[in-house]
Amino acid sequence: MSDSPLSSIVATEEQMLPGGWEMIVGLEVHVELATKTKLFSGSPNRFGDEPNINIDPVTLGLPGALPVLNKHAVELAMRIGAALNCTIQECIFHRKNYFYPDQPKAYQISQYDVPLNIDGYLDLPSGTRIGVERAHMEEDTGKSTHIGGSTGRIHGSDYSLMDFNRAGVPLVEIVSRPDIRSSEHAKEYVAELRAILEVIGASDAKMEEGSMRVDANVSVHKIGTPFGTRCEIKNVNSIRAIGRAIDYEARRQIDVLDNGGVIRQETRHWDDAEGRTHTLRVKEDADDYRYFPEPDLVTLSPSAEWIQAVHNNLPALPAARRAALAQLTGYDTQSEAIIVLVERGQHEYVQAVADAGGDAVKALIYVQQAFADAGPTPQVPAKDLAALTILERDGKLSATQTKQVLAEIVANGGGDPAAIAAAKGFEAMDTSAIEAMVDEAIAADPSAWAKYCAGEEKAAGAIVGKIMKSSQGKADGKIVNAIMQSRRNS
Amino acid sequence: MATIPTTASEIAAAIKSKSISAREVIDSYLAAINARETEIHAFNLVMAESARAQADAIDADIAAGRPIGVLAGVPIAVKDNMCTHGVETTCSSKILEGWKPPYDATVITKLKAAGAIVIGKTNLDEFAMGSSTENSAFGATRNPLDTSRVPGGSSGGSAAAVAAGFAPVSLGSDTGGSIRQPAAMCGVVGVKPTYGRVSRYGLVAYASSLDQIGPFATTVADAALITEAIAGHCVMDSTSIPVDVPALVAAASQGVKGMRIGRVTDLPEGAEPEVQARLDAAFVALEAAGATIVDVQLPSLSYALTAYYLIAPAEASSNLARFDGVRFGLRVNAADTNAMYGATRAAGFGDEVQRRIMLGTYALSAGYYDAYYGKALKVRRIIAQDFERAYESVDAILTPTSPVVAFKFGEKADDPMSMYLCDIYTIPTNLAGHPGMSVPFGTGAHGLPVGIQVLAPALGEEAMFRVGGALEAAAGDAQ
Repeated sequence: MSDSPLSSIVATEEQMLPGGWEMIVGLEVHVELATKTKLFSGSPNRFGDEPNINIDPVTLGLPGALPVLNKHAVELAMRIGAALNCTIQECIFHRKNYFYPDQPKAYQISQYDVPLNIDGYLDLPSGTRIGVERAHMEEDTGKSTHIGGSTGRIHGSDYSLMDFNRAGVPLVEIVSRPDIRSSEHAKEYVAELRAILEVIGASDAKMEEGSMRVDANVSVHKIGTPFGTRCEIKNVNSIRAIGRAIDYEARRQIDVLDNGGVIRQETRHWDDAEGRTHTLRVKEDADDYRYFPEPDLVTLSPSAEWIQAVHNNLPALPAARRAALAQLTGYDTQSEAIIVLVERGQHEYVQAVADAGGDAVKALIYVQQAFADAGPTPQVPAKDLAALTILERDGKLSATQTKQVLAEIVANGGGDPAAIAAAKGFEAMDTSAIEAMVDEAIAADPSAWAKYCAGEEKAAGAIVGKIMKSSQGKADGKIVNAIMQSRRNS
Repeated sequence: MATIPTTASEIAAAIKSKSISAREVIDSYLAAINARETEIHAFNLVMAESARAQADAIDADIAAGRPIGVLAGVPIAVKDNMCTHGVETTCSSKILEGWKPPYDATVITKLKAAGAIVIGKTNLDEFAMGSSTENSAFGATRNPLDTSRVPGGSSGGSAAAVAAGFAPVSLGSDTGGSIRQPAAMCGVVGVKPTYGRVSRYGLVAYASSLDQIGPFATTVADAALITEAIAGHCVMDSTSIPVDVPALVAAASQGVKGMRIGRVTDLPEGAEPEVQARLDAAFVALEAAGATIVDVQLPSLSYALTAYYLIAPAEASSNLARFDGVRFGLRVNAADTNAMYGATRAAGFGDEVQRRIMLGTYALSAGYYDAYYGKALKVRRIIAQDFERAYESVDAILTPTSPVVAFKFGEKADDPMSMYLCDIYTIPTNLAGHPGMSVPFGTGAHGLPVGIQVLAPALGEEAMFRVGGALEAAAGDAQ
């Protein structure tokens, strides 16, 4: 996080904290790349395997083993750079030296002062632009399990078990600028970043499996004054936890400052069960990592053609997908249906239904309601769903009938809606039959009708309910309403 | 029994022509080892059993008419810092004692494919840090030409093995002169190829940006033969250069007619007068063989030693951090993990290794990086530029390999600086990444051999072997 003393990005009124405080947040997001093999060796990059089977001399850091850079990992890292509007540049790797049992070579191969991707940004769906300082490549560590002791940490444990399956898995660390001013924006940033990573195939970005890990740098200050001292919050394992941890930490810092205290620069651990952060280590204890250029690797110089190809092959990003779906349906890009469908990757399906002659808005609603588990390419043929939207739009089926036909189509993975409707006895009621039913219902409940005519819209419910009951749901509610209105006005 | 030839090329030819069996060759060399190894201590491990089995297999292949490799039946000794599958690889350190790698170094794979037989793992200064092989945790190696003297180092075991007739050829590694300097002190040929010419995969790293594997041999042609066998692009080493290997054996006998040989007019002083005299004689011999001698300047050379002793220890401090007692090698148990690291490394590493780890850790530390490591990298670039400028006017450069002939045990052991100065002429080439070789060229003080160093530009091994071959041809006459 750069310590620019004053920022042009200022909290909005609803983001302001009590007492004139503003929170300054930057996020460091580690994502495991979805490669077949590790960053520097041919061992599989696979989650959930039996311990210590995806290993080799390079992974274990055996004497004499040397790293060889995985080209696909570079490609995916470049995709991330391109999707986050970064400059993709010639870069080098460094060694970050520190001793820890799950770090096999006692150094991590990472990027330091010349990373692959720099100076990008991510636009939040709500409109705010968050700067991305860098997105660099590095290798993951192994996994330690500390047995015995009370803390679950290495100190005080009886013994530790090491699993090196994860060691050497390719990571990209995406470092935002300190442009975030609220926990809502932090959550939005992570959600949007996760959506982007999934869409471009760079990572499965599962926070619960650790393939996406978020650290938050949080400080507070009063607007117009320099930024405060920041604390880094670790162990934030869900989007919800990000919001809670940031809000807690900002409040904690404000309490300290309001009571005349000072904030120490430190790393703090989020305890989700307790709902609080506590000190992990203070900065004075920080290791000197003795970074120096990794002599076992050469300069990584992606050609201009390669960089161009990565840009050209980038799929439509979530923002563009939302915009397209919004345009198709007339909905707002931030409406829930649009956000949900793009998250599910079902935007193309809605387009396909529209292309098959269907009503886009109805398709959007059907898919949102009935296709939650259907994935990006639902089994139901687009033409079947299109036919259903037309039946409903043209009043051939009521909303209730449509729902039942849709349920059957979903259960069977498709089907001709007209045939299903017919089989269910949902033959269309013509308007004259409905008119007769309306008149019958009015006659049966004159007091409700009088209220309705006096402008009490709620009173219509009793009459409509009666009609629906007597028509067994076959009457189209819209047509019923239209008839009632015309009767009232005549 | 037929007389066993002494060169690799003759041995390979004799075995191929069935005038001698691979088994006879191996038995003969094992007998030589038996006779004198106790005195010399060239080896950490003699692989008699596997060597005999491989020889028998080659003889069976020949008898059955199956194809054999170009080095079929040639015994080769290998420095004990190159990984051999299932065979102890110690780096002459207590921290790796007993460690058996689960894989072969690329050079071992290539040698095996060519039919060469690894006869043993040779002694070295621990982790290749030293110039006398006195820093071995398993005892020093003696110079076969005078057992009161060191063989040089760090590849002293490999140099001594060839000089003592324990193997016709051997492999060493050269980070700052560790092949060329012991070759000079033992009176054999030693080659450090261009950085990236030979794969480092499976070479236990000392200083990754400087380390390079190369051969020892009794003749320049044999050194060329082995270089050809082990060189070539390797996908397991990112710093390996994707170029074809030139015909070096042919170059060794091509002569130097028309070549321009550089004489460094501002060479750092310190060579013994007898060594300087041999260098002068080498220029005379090459001129007589048809070369032109051209004066060149390498003004930055005097900074090379300082730069080296920052860069190499810095990389070593990181490379050797993996010896932490967690996954392999020695572990000394202690109260907690950090204490275990300390106890293991204090017990496992010798003084020189600890000295260099501390030096390197310091040079890389926050606040010191720019003044030490950063500045050393700048000096390194300037040295490479100086060489490149010199090579605009010459094809190769001659210097002494070592300023001194083989010295007595203990003579420099307590004075690191005087020990470090042994590598003053060899280190610059490692910093530049260029090739260099040492060719025996007569004797100096106490009748001990003197090596002349031939340097060439990056990937200039052909020129280097031409000059080396010419020096070798002239050496007999000149003495």
